[in-house]
Amino acid sequence: MGKLIVHQEKVQDIAALIKICPFGAMEDKAGKIEINSACRLCKVCVKRGKGVFEFVEEATNEIDKSAWRGIAVYVEHVDGKIHPVTYELIGKARELAAKINQPVYAIFLGENINQKAQEILHYGVDKVYTCDKKELRAFNIENYATAFENFINKVKPAVVLVGATPVGRQLAPRVAAHFHTGLTADCTILDIHENTDLVQIRPAFGGNIMAEILTPNHRPQMATVRYKIMDAPKRSDEISGTVEPLELDSAKLASKVEVLGITKKPREIGIENADILVVAGRGVKKKEDLKLIRELAEVLNGDFACTRPLVENGWLEPKRQIGLSGRTVRPKLIITCGVSGSVQFVAGMEHSEQIFAINTDPKASIFKVANYAVVGDLYEIVPKLIDKIKQGRDIA
Amino acid sequence: MEILVCIKQVPSSNKVEVDSATGVLKRNSAYAKMNPYDLFALETGLRLREKYGGSVSVLTMGPPQAATILYEAFAMGADKGALITDRKFGGSDVLATSYTLSQGIRKFGKFDIIICGLQTTDGDTAQVGPEVSEMLGIPCVCNVRAIDKVEDDNIIVDMEMSEDIEKLQVPFPCLITVQKDIYEPRLPSYKKQKATANREISRYSLNDMEDKNEKHYGLDGSPTCVQRIFPPTSDKVQEMWTGSGEDLSARIYDALKKMKFTA
Repeated sequence: MGKLIVHQEKVQDIAALIKICPFGAMEDKAGKIEINSACRLCKVCVKRGKGVFEFVEEATNEIDKSAWRGIAVYVEHVDGKIHPVTYELIGKARELAAKINQPVYAIFLGENINQKAQEILHYGVDKVYTCDKKELRAFNIENYATAFENFINKVKPAVVLVGATPVGRQLAPRVAAHFHTGLTADCTILDIHENTDLVQIRPAFGGNIMAEILTPNHRPQMATVRYKIMDAPKRSDEISGTVEPLELDSAKLASKVEVLGITKKPREIGIENADILVVAGRGVKKKEDLKLIRELAEVLNGDFACTRPLVENGWLEPKRQIGLSGRTVRPKLIITCGVSGSVQFVAGMEHSEQIFAINTDPKASIFKVANYAVVGDLYEIVPKLIDKIKQGRDIA
Repeated sequence: MEILVCIKQVPSSNKVEVDSATGVLKRNSAYAKMNPYDLFALETGLRLREKYGGSVSVLTMGPPQAATILYEAFAMGADKGALITDRKFGGSDVLATSYTLSQGIRKFGKFDIIICGLQTTDGDTAQVGPEVSEMLGIPCVCNVRAIDKVEDDNIIVDMEMSEDIEKLQVPFPCLITVQKDIYEPRLPSYKKQKATANREISRYSLNDMEDKNEKHYGLDGSPTCVQRIFPPTSDKVQEMWTGSGEDLSARIYDALKKMKFTA
């Protein structure tokens, strides 16, 4: 590691030097530059401080990286129902493992999970390590962390990947802290160096900047990845690899936290909470035709909304209206159908992540905010789109 | 009940840019406000105190000016405050931050429950809470969406999972992180602000900690290293598509599939 040294004798314009720091971590203390705790060691001052600042590397005791082998993926599940992020991580793990010629492991904790562990062998892992205990029936952070730690101690994987789900985002830090190792949250890109150092890239500062992070002298290297970032491999009909039960003394799973019950989360209602929205505008000619919009929303597992004129016509309730006089929405996907895009409407949806706009008029103002401006008739496009989605779903 | 709420000062805006020519971070926004998620944690602490008695302490770590958010917390009703500040803590990643906080908490007092916000708006990792709990050797529950009740030596909470809600009984001492909207945060009171403007706060530096080994803090205590920062490649597309209904529906379908909105 290292530290910053200030060569006070080289300081000329103290005020100008202080301004270099993007974090405001330098202070003028009686004509001397002092670096305070806001410093993030970004080393901008070293680059631009005209030799006043120096970063001194200190020798560290190198760990033996060859003692840690393999890429491990945590299997997230509730009652044996495996969260799909698990397969996406296995896909990435296989890619990384191939580069360094090491195995892929899955770590599966729970009760009565052996059958389910077999399923994972269809996705190309070398070993599924299981810990099947009644104390692991439901998620309890202390017992799960203990079982996870048992796996790491016995198998010593170089890399551990965990889905950035509500459970993964508490289990991974708990385990990382136990091993005093690094954990990088919500990675969007992962790669690996020949020496098994994991290259972790994640958005920082609200996504305005990307940061590339290494954990150069600690093992295991841990990272979480959100759902739907990586690609899951196709399930193979054949199985490969083996299931390996791990021993663990039940006395070690003695958490005093008690799970009193598990209930299904109520579906959040309201167009503000929808991840996917299909919107009907005046291009929809009759009230009956709204069923097209509804059906598209349904096959996408989303919700449907509308513009103000449709509410005024009494076709839909006001709570489905987007715009200044309605609701503001920010879904991951919005598909507007026959919406011209008034200023008031756009103000209520322009921060949506992906905007598809279908309209017959190539000059429609909605196209100014759309990522995909689809010039065409919703009556021709939407039914065909619904069919394609249904077919795709049946194949998959 | 002794309650501790961990809070953090964050930049008022996340607008930062990288100068693409020099690769230098351009950052103008000052560290100016309490992390918005922490308001929910503080509100939770205040409500627990109102219902079950006890006191609410607040703790933060940062540069000297981070003390201002402790006074914001006092204006909302917190009782005691402590600031962990030392240049030697600079450059801390999640692990080093959590370790420093856990050391500071040991110094600050004995607490039945530690409450953290779900995440911060600058780091955005949601990892510090659970790491602190591990270092203190106490149980934790993240993503708490509701508090059912407090009994003599435990608390019953609802934890949100991907599709389920788990109800847990957790013995004290413990740590929870609360979701936004668990309670509506109150506004600071002018009267309280006046009354607490000169309240003493505790300040801890490395020398006050039980573990004074410099190597365990700041950059040295951080296993992760930022290699470089770079501007994201803009994925903002603006395309206009024309064609037959069949063509257009196929293009939309392919795009949705690629973005994983459908199978």
